[in-house]
Amino acid sequence: MELPPYATLGQKIWHYTFYVICGLIFFFLIAPILTIIPLSFNAENFFTFTPGMLAFEAEAYSLKHYEDFFTNPSWQQALRNSVQIAPVATLISVALGTLAAVGLSQPHVPARRAIMAILISPMIVPLIISAAGMYFFYSRIGLQGTYLGVVLAHAALGIPFVIITVTATLVGFDNSLTRASANLGAGPVRTFFKVQMPLILPGVVSGGLFAFITSFDEVVVVLFVGSAGQKTLPWQMFIGLREQISPTILAVATILVVISIALLTTVELLRRRSERLRGLSPS
Amino acid sequence: MPLLDTQADDAFVQFERVQKSYDGETLVVKDLNLTLPKGEFLTMLGPSGSGKTTCLMMLAGFESATHGEIRLKGQPINNIPPHKRGIGMVFQNYALFPHMSVAENLSFPLEVRKMGKSEREEKIRRALDMVQMGDFGGRRPAQLSGGQQQRIALARALVFEPELVLMDEPLGALDKQLRETLQFEITRLAHDLGITVVYVTHDQTEALTMSDRVAVFDDGRIQQLAPPDELYEAPQNSFVAQFIGENNTLDGTVSQLSGDKCIVQLDSGEEIDALPVNVSNVGDRTLVSIRPERVEIDPDLGPDSHTLDAEVLEFIYMGDVFRTRLRVAGRDDFIVKTRNRADQVRLSPGQKVKLGWLPQDCRALDP
Repeated sequence: MELPPYATLGQKIWHYTFYVICGLIFFFLIAPILTIIPLSFNAENFFTFTPGMLAFEAEAYSLKHYEDFFTNPSWQQALRNSVQIAPVATLISVALGTLAAVGLSQPHVPARRAIMAILISPMIVPLIISAAGMYFFYSRIGLQGTYLGVVLAHAALGIPFVIITVTATLVGFDNSLTRASANLGAGPVRTFFKVQMPLILPGVVSGGLFAFITSFDEVVVVLFVGSAGQKTLPWQMFIGLREQISPTILAVATILVVISIALLTTVELLRRRSERLRGLSPS
Repeated sequence: MPLLDTQADDAFVQFERVQKSYDGETLVVKDLNLTLPKGEFLTMLGPSGSGKTTCLMMLAGFESATHGEIRLKGQPINNIPPHKRGIGMVFQNYALFPHMSVAENLSFPLEVRKMGKSEREEKIRRALDMVQMGDFGGRRPAQLSGGQQQRIALARALVFEPELVLMDEPLGALDKQLRETLQFEITRLAHDLGITVVYVTHDQTEALTMSDRVAVFDDGRIQQLAPPDELYEAPQNSFVAQFIGENNTLDGTVSQLSGDKCIVQLDSGEEIDALPVNVSNVGDRTLVSIRPERVEIDPDLGPDSHTLDAEVLEFIYMGDVFRTRLRVAGRDDFIVKTRNRADQVRLSPGQKVKLGWLPQDCRALDP
């Protein structure tokens, strides 16, 4: 942003103040996350920077917390649980959320706004309330403390993300394409998978990633709905923080941050690719 | 080619007493009856909101008829879903699948029909050659110009060899020159392949130049269904007369009526000869319509014919024709077109002339 030559002194001051404010906001958002990355390489069992680390001495750094994460059976069990729960929950979220978004995007559906609001509510209702509600409901029907229970609970949390991203993609979807497909002889199922799905795929994928990250990061609902058998990574981190105060959680946090960044980059690349295919931007 | 009344047994497409309402109150299509023989190129022409596109959508199966029956080759198709009708269609915005290459777009209807790979490739190649796009199979739709995309859309609608092809204002988004080229190509293809075409447009030139018959729509009804020349020269009502081509109209009352001739007294007092089209009694109000090129200046039409006094207001040189605007019977928007011949008089503003015409060129229509 360039200042125009006619800017007054007040505008100039505001111009630079604005940059400072933006910088502070970024710092406030990112600094806590960035801090844990060097701390996870701490050679001591502390959560603080040791004098040796600040002096950049090689022996003050180590990979021992990472080693702990990959060798400690309770961390490994938590990782296995997370990896077993998140993908399945994501799959359910994506399937149901995409269907809901496609259905609710058709203008003839009655009460579509109300249905949409109900489906999105898990994102708006405070998590602790959803979790408590799920606990009582799942206890009644025997799902509390089961793998299926946690998967379903996480799927319910992930569905709103999928609905929102897919609905956004469908806004730009040209309905004459489904008509053309039908006209060329394709039934509704073929039309959905061959014509509609490839074009809304970026929305489906980003919704799916949000759903995955939600399940992978979620601690409140799993504490209520799950039992020791479904102890996920965030749950183990929560215990680690409360009971053991082990810097291993910093190593885990770093790994999770890296995974999240990798996933979001993938989404962005996919989105650009699809826009290029649809001719929305020059290749 | 049968152009007049067709027997029901050689009907290819038939609309019978079809009505359509979107909201259950107002009818967008009112009591439509239409029969197409095989191989005909029929254009539905009309202003927007006249019901022409709705008729096309009902035929394609994207809208259902509220009342009445639509038949294809004698079979009622009201209850057949669009993907089982086997009708080709070219959409206004092309509707090419953006995530597929041109060849994949054309392959789509063939794969649906479970056709073998070599047969598919052969048909795709032939269809692309047909629209002179043989080298473009590997491109994506976004890499093509509007005219090229429309050619591909046409090839895709023809590649599975449907007997009936629908076109919904396919040339609407193209520039004039490209439109004229494609008009010619579409008519040529339709005749070469012997397919039946239902073409929707609001462009009357397109309708007149391409069609075997034109159905003029207004207010949910067919106002006239006729070959282009008949539509232009013998409009059945004042809507058609004014919608198709340029037209001079004068208001008046029928003062004498005898068989195929009548005398109309204009509101300004003069009397003119006219052909009664839809007036039935002396004293009826009427709108007489005369094409600008059928008016003669200072005519020699015989002793008992009537002429009108006119004053030249404007003379416009248009190259092939001269367009003269005159004040006639109290109106100053009367247009006369004369061919640019070596001996043609060029009138100048202020000049007084007499105008006349053959009685059959002046049609007394509904007011």
